[in-house]
Amino acid sequence: MSIKKTSLNNLHIKYGAKLVEFAGYQMPIQYKDGIIQEHKYTRSHSGIFDVSHMGQLFISGGDDLTNDLEKIFPADLKKLKINQSKYSFLMNNKGGIQDDLIIAKTSDGFLIILNAACKYNDYEIIKSKLDNQYKLNLEETLSLIALQGPEAKNVLNKVIPGCNSLKFMNGNNYVYKNEKVYITRSGYTGEDGFEISIKHSDAETFVESLIKNGSKLIGLGARDTLRMEAGLCLYGNDLDNDTSPIEANLKWAIPKSRIETEFVGSEVLKNQFQSGVKKLRVGIKPDSKVIARGNTKIYNDKNQEIGKVTSGTFGPSVEHPIAMGYVDNSYSTVNTKIFLEVRGKKIPANICNLPFYKKNYAKGEINV
Amino acid sequence: MSEVKYSKEHEWIKLDGEEATIGITKHATEMLGDIVFAELPEKGSHVDKDGTAGVVESTKAASDVYTPVSGEVIDTNQMIVDDPSKINEDPEESAWFFKLKIKDKSEMDSLMKKEEYEKFAKETSA
Repeated sequence: MSIKKTSLNNLHIKYGAKLVEFAGYQMPIQYKDGIIQEHKYTRSHSGIFDVSHMGQLFISGGDDLTNDLEKIFPADLKKLKINQSKYSFLMNNKGGIQDDLIIAKTSDGFLIILNAACKYNDYEIIKSKLDNQYKLNLEETLSLIALQGPEAKNVLNKVIPGCNSLKFMNGNNYVYKNEKVYITRSGYTGEDGFEISIKHSDAETFVESLIKNGSKLIGLGARDTLRMEAGLCLYGNDLDNDTSPIEANLKWAIPKSRIETEFVGSEVLKNQFQSGVKKLRVGIKPDSKVIARGNTKIYNDKNQEIGKVTSGTFGPSVEHPIAMGYVDNSYSTVNTKIFLEVRGKKIPANICNLPFYKKNYAKGEINV
Repeated sequence: MSEVKYSKEHEWIKLDGEEATIGITKHATEMLGDIVFAELPEKGSHVDKDGTAGVVESTKAASDVYTPVSGEVIDTNQMIVDDPSKINEDPEESAWFFKLKIKDKSEMDSLMKKEEYEKFAKETSA
């Protein structure tokens, strides 16, 4: 299979991107400024992320579709208003996460945003679980661009007036160059921001106009450090087929109203809600400057293995190494002393609260 | 006159008599990106040619630092441990990694001269 390119590929090259293959796409890992500067620019101004590799799955249907999707996803889709969206999961029968995703209600059905590496598999699973009764469209003609950071609302509002009135996890249709664009207020950086679904042919001029208004292109490298500081999971690292949303400490994403109802994996989840889980995702802060990456083994003070790091890096805004991972539940309390095995040495660390970086939404513009 | 040579692992080595100063090349720092962590060998320890003698980490990944020659570690550069970003700023001068009292000068023979290394770096990164 040949490597796919997004509609912004020429723009990435123009702005000096280092390109890498990611989930079958040629994507920018960083631009000329480098990961740390890009990370900090997103936190202080605004950053543009090409996320066109992600799946945009449109499913058309009415109340029957809502009922049938609730048999798949543990989200309260009946209560969802048009243009509202929720974070949810596609699970297997064991409650393991096949993908984490965002479901938005649209005027004629639902839009599900899927991870790039999972999207074709998700499509097949969802299609077969819906018994081929509905029209599914894994859209290939639309780019997806994220604009994140404290200046995002001002920058985007200059290019597409009116979008700064959107509330968090809400979306709407807007017009750009006489074409429809769909914008949601959401993101993956811990900052205020937007995700814009736009025709491939308009994507480049749209991004150039964001750049003219003071924003900068940001690569996947900074996207990873930003999401880690925000305590957000990366599918394939922090979430997988053998891990449930409860174990992943994402219980908040499963509404109480759905716990007693049936969906794929509901029996396992109900059981975990009642009896608890053996392992739990936690934040980890090493005492020293040593970085513990994914797959680093975690030990207790008796030298017994108690878990594994799933993501770890240096946090450019918190200016300290950060990590997250899974530990035996009895070690998941904040401030528990643990040890990380890095290059043969046991590095002391503490269990800590997530996120590492918390935005102060002082103006109350974000309705979380 | 001191002699500067380069290894295929992208270290530079400057020899003054029996004392060698070792660091990583500018080309290496460009490949690594922003360096956020450095670990150095212990003073007084012995390191063997092509063996691991330290670690550098960028936001993306960890990489071993190798020693191009054998010897006893007589000094290490605490500045780059305290502020690893100095390695990106001045890799081939002030941000050296460690100094060795070398055993065998002939180990320098197999290393590359500046022009050879530049050609090598260009070819391997293409």
